[in-house]
Amino acid sequence: MARYLLKRILMMIVTLWIIVTLTFSLMHMIPGDPFASESDQLPEQILLNLRAKYHLDEPLPMQYLSYLKSLAMLDLGPSIKSETRGVNDMIKDGFGSSALIGMQAIAVALFFGLIFGIIAALNRNTWIDYMAMVMAVLGIAVPSFIMAPLLINYLAIKLPLFPVATLASWKHSVLPSLALAFGPLAIITRYMRTSMIEVMNQNYIRTAEAKGIPTFLIVVRHGIRNAILPVVTFLGPLVAGLLTGTFVVEKIFAVPGVGKYFVDGIFNRDYPVILGTTVFYSAILVLIIFLIDLAYMFIDPRIKLSGRGR
Amino acid sequence: MAAEQSANELFRPRSQKTDGQVVAMRPSLTHFQQVTRKLVRNKLAMVGFTLIVLMVLMALIGPHLVPYSYSDQSLLTANQELSAEHWFGTDELGRDMFSRTWYGARISLIIGITAALIDLVIGVTVGGIAGYMAGRGKRGDRIDTIIMRLIEVLYGLPYLLVVIMLMVVMEPGIVTIIIALSATGWTGMARLVRGQILQLKNQEFIMAAQVLGAKFPRILLRHLIPNTIGVIIVNLTFTIPSAIFAESFLSFLGLGVQAPIASWGTMTNDALGVILTGDWWRLFFPALMISLTMFAFNVFGDGLQDALDPRIRE
Repeated sequence: MARYLLKRILMMIVTLWIIVTLTFSLMHMIPGDPFASESDQLPEQILLNLRAKYHLDEPLPMQYLSYLKSLAMLDLGPSIKSETRGVNDMIKDGFGSSALIGMQAIAVALFFGLIFGIIAALNRNTWIDYMAMVMAVLGIAVPSFIMAPLLINYLAIKLPLFPVATLASWKHSVLPSLALAFGPLAIITRYMRTSMIEVMNQNYIRTAEAKGIPTFLIVVRHGIRNAILPVVTFLGPLVAGLLTGTFVVEKIFAVPGVGKYFVDGIFNRDYPVILGTTVFYSAILVLIIFLIDLAYMFIDPRIKLSGRGR
Repeated sequence: MAAEQSANELFRPRSQKTDGQVVAMRPSLTHFQQVTRKLVRNKLAMVGFTLIVLMVLMALIGPHLVPYSYSDQSLLTANQELSAEHWFGTDELGRDMFSRTWYGARISLIIGITAALIDLVIGVTVGGIAGYMAGRGKRGDRIDTIIMRLIEVLYGLPYLLVVIMLMVVMEPGIVTIIIALSATGWTGMARLVRGQILQLKNQEFIMAAQVLGAKFPRILLRHLIPNTIGVIIVNLTFTIPSAIFAESFLSFLGLGVQAPIASWGTMTNDALGVILTGDWWRLFFPALMISLTMFAFNVFGDGLQDALDPRIRE
């Protein structure tokens, strides 16, 4: 167990290091630098000074090493476009909003996805099942960046139920969360339905039925616990998709989250911001997948992680 | 003589059409026939298939059905609703939405299919080599380990983040999108193929081929890959929509194809700007097309998967 944990943590660090290196080298391959837009107006000397201030005049390996060094101390560096705020501040500012929307989306997707999946499986081949499946197919077919404008159009403009743009109150977070939750909800429904159908055909379920245990208890005690496993393995990629989905959703709803800083950073060629947010996102992602694997072990005691290859 | 004649009469060959046990037997079907039959009977999969065919057809001829190109601007006819002249209306620059929508289909399909094919070639080659090399001595194991470590690392990277990075670095355009998508996209296929090959290669027919002196490329091409082709095709039907999705996602963010080229992603993004004016067609058509395409490929892929699954019998 301890060995497995150590190995996983080591792998996580290696993955992050590769991401940092890759991002760093890609960023510096870009033609043009953050001051390209000002290069016509500013005198030569000022440009040189600006580059010197952000160490852009140093040789690349030096820049790389100093970045790694500050990263080890969890300092993501200054932002080039913003005079006063560093990347740490941006993430600190944005993380709350992003996390709120992301967590709400996951919670909604998990809660309704599991319930819909279970209900569909228990009412197999009835209209309830078909309804759930139609919704699941729709959820896969309609990406979040289509879902978001549709929600704005119908639930904010035609029917002014919810406010949009920025994140002034909790009500503002409803539509972005829904737009994000829809896809994962559909996928969870599908997986839960399939695995629930399989579990409910098992012998131990029949035994429980034969003993006269009420259906509700069978479903809760035996069905869900076994059926949820394949869904849990799928949570990793799902969370990854949700995380990248936040870029667009935050852009559409003008939510001041980390995703907005990331997208702005790309357009401004603000190297430290792009690097910092990428590292931050990757770290979150790697961590979440690790936690999901751990959770898997607690749900299913049959799985012994130390024996697995990864 | 009489006996001979009667014997001839007695042993008349039975007519093919007669009733009886012969007819009751089911005609034997090849694997391919079985799969197509199951697939054709799956209504939803056929709906998906029809939609895909229609989409390809309209991508080819759609832009030529109207006398406007996707980039023709005419400010006099800007922001028009659907009409006989402009079947899908016009945008704020007076560009014909019908032409743009099908031009966007062209872009999406080209990118989706090319990216999926590149993933296929790289994935099958790398996965095939890794799967075959695993367990063949120290050298083979080392090759497999190196490939798998590489795949694991690439697989662990946040896919869209890497694609976004690549798009930032490279010149925007269709080729760039395809390169960026396939740079990380092949890993899924490679993992799949490797797993399949690992399962297959210890079976007798592979051993027989080896005993007969077949070389590795021949075994890979003639024996291993044909036996994994089903899983590969199913995976392909899911890679195409995800590449199409990624393209619209990037174009939506402004990192994909550049104006004036129309893509469903850029059209959706443009529609956001006019969402308050009530020009519903601006959002409706690109949104509908993305969703229909994703739907079509996904249900067709699902149907194909079921049809290829020998456990599911009619």
